[in-house]
Amino acid sequence: MVRFEGVGLRYGMGPEVLRDITFSVEPRSFQYLTGPSGAGKTTLLKLMLLSLKPTRGLVNLFGHDVTRRQNDALSAARRRMGVVFQDFRLLDHLTVYENVSLPMKVKGREEASYRSEVIELLRWVGLGERMHSIPPVLSGGEKQRAAIARALIVKPELLLADEPTGNVDPTLARRLLRLFMELQQLGTAVVIATHDLNLMEQHDARRLVLANGYLHVDG
Amino acid sequence: MHAASCWPTAICTWMAEAMARGPVSLIGAVRGMMSVWLGRRRETHAAASGEAGAARRGMMPDIPGLPAGLKRDQPLIPVDSAASRALVAVIAILTFLAALAGGAAHMVARASGDWRSAVSNEMTVQIKPDVRRSIDDDLKKAADLFRGAAGVEAVRIVPRAESDRLLEPWLGTGLALAELPVPRLVIVTIVRGSRPDNEALRQSLRREVPGASLDDHRLWIGRLSTMANTLILAGVVVVVLVTAAAGLAVAFATRGAMAGSQDSVEVLHLVGADDSFIAREFQRRFLKLGLEGGAIGGLVALVVTAVLGWISLSWSSGPGADQLQALFGSFEIGWIGYLIVVLIAAMVALIAGFVSRLTVRRHLKDMA
Repeated sequence: MVRFEGVGLRYGMGPEVLRDITFSVEPRSFQYLTGPSGAGKTTLLKLMLLSLKPTRGLVNLFGHDVTRRQNDALSAARRRMGVVFQDFRLLDHLTVYENVSLPMKVKGREEASYRSEVIELLRWVGLGERMHSIPPVLSGGEKQRAAIARALIVKPELLLADEPTGNVDPTLARRLLRLFMELQQLGTAVVIATHDLNLMEQHDARRLVLANGYLHVDG
Repeated sequence: MHAASCWPTAICTWMAEAMARGPVSLIGAVRGMMSVWLGRRRETHAAASGEAGAARRGMMPDIPGLPAGLKRDQPLIPVDSAASRALVAVIAILTFLAALAGGAAHMVARASGDWRSAVSNEMTVQIKPDVRRSIDDDLKKAADLFRGAAGVEAVRIVPRAESDRLLEPWLGTGLALAELPVPRLVIVTIVRGSRPDNEALRQSLRREVPGASLDDHRLWIGRLSTMANTLILAGVVVVVLVTAAAGLAVAFATRGAMAGSQDSVEVLHLVGADDSFIAREFQRRFLKLGLEGGAIGGLVALVVTAVLGWISLSWSSGPGADQLQALFGSFEIGWIGYLIVVLIAAMVALIAGFVSRLTVRRHLKDMA
């Protein structure tokens, strides 16, 4: 599903922040992307999301070499993914309901066809009473749950989550982890970027460890 | 798509049961819920069709389960209301100017057509008085000559009194003009569409009535046509320039809107929106602003034209109004003129939408 071969990334003329990254993510797999703060977890997720282009190496996504593909082809690949950003990336002028509906709208679906899914998902993440609110009035945890709901609404083939439990209480964190595990069982490949050891201890899975710009695959 | 289907409510129940029973039962429970969810999804589609119709008709019905008045159809690109109002004002002003120029060009074209058809259907024979000849005989000879010519519909000898009246604007009234050698006129009306042999008629006239001249108005028509065509061309150039200015204003506004909506554009990209989708969002917004500005500008232009027409009617007794009447005809643009104004307003709106789409696509391409 995802294959990186000898991928390197540098910003401008600076040193490489990621070096010789080689790994693959198989369908229906579950893995943590971990490493110390500043190791490049978010950068690697951005490379997988195609919002950054590698300066060298090969990135193969859903069976296609995406390093030389046009914008629209990249968009088609992104529609098969769900992403939870560390900084949430919600649109402040839209309600929570509209933010979560956004991927459906982008897919060209009629609002009536996905409304019940959005409502149920919002209720499940505990935002049933907040669906009319706009992000600036939400707490950090609520924003995170809205961002997770937005990533899950499309039932993605590949879920990329950057610190998805960073702002939620332990109970909800456990529920979210169980949801990610369930998604994996239903066919979604899950990549969770985290440095939360408690989270990783709750469910043993393959670990992609980033340190000093190099990736070490553990398990 | 491999797709999961058991969403939240079902998941909650499932999770509670699964945690109690252990991992093996999880997949079975999930599969069961998938079928339940798929069935519910079909029902949802059927129930939703009526609501979708209501939404298309401009209503957003309150839906059970959703908070009353929940906003569900806001533009994905944030709207800067102050910039939008300014752009609507600019488009309205430019549309107003373009519509006035277009209406004026049409009015001149119509008046010019009237002049040409009126003047080109007539010829004038002028006979200068000659003490050695009887002017009445000459008038009769000239009239007879033209009555027998092909393509001539009617011939009228202008009476002496009428000829004298033609001189009144220059010489004043109350003068004894009988002693003056005032030329006499014969008006020849030509069958519409026919082209008499003017050169042969001119030679015959010179032979039969020495001192007579034939004026077929060609020089006058040529000058009028040149003047009218210049005015029409100027009007069209103004419409083109103003429309181009509207396009540029929209291009600048679109770039500004994109700069202000960078985050939204990025998020849309990251959730899978392609360039066409994003460009459509901007195009829809600027088309709407273009329609608003175009409608306001066009409407004001129509009102101004109507008011000017009314003013010209109320001034119609003065000599200035006579000159204007002679030049432009009545100060009305007719239904074609109104149609031109409406078309210009619609064109400006379409250009606004098109230019914004083009600008966004180019900007996104540069960003890639």
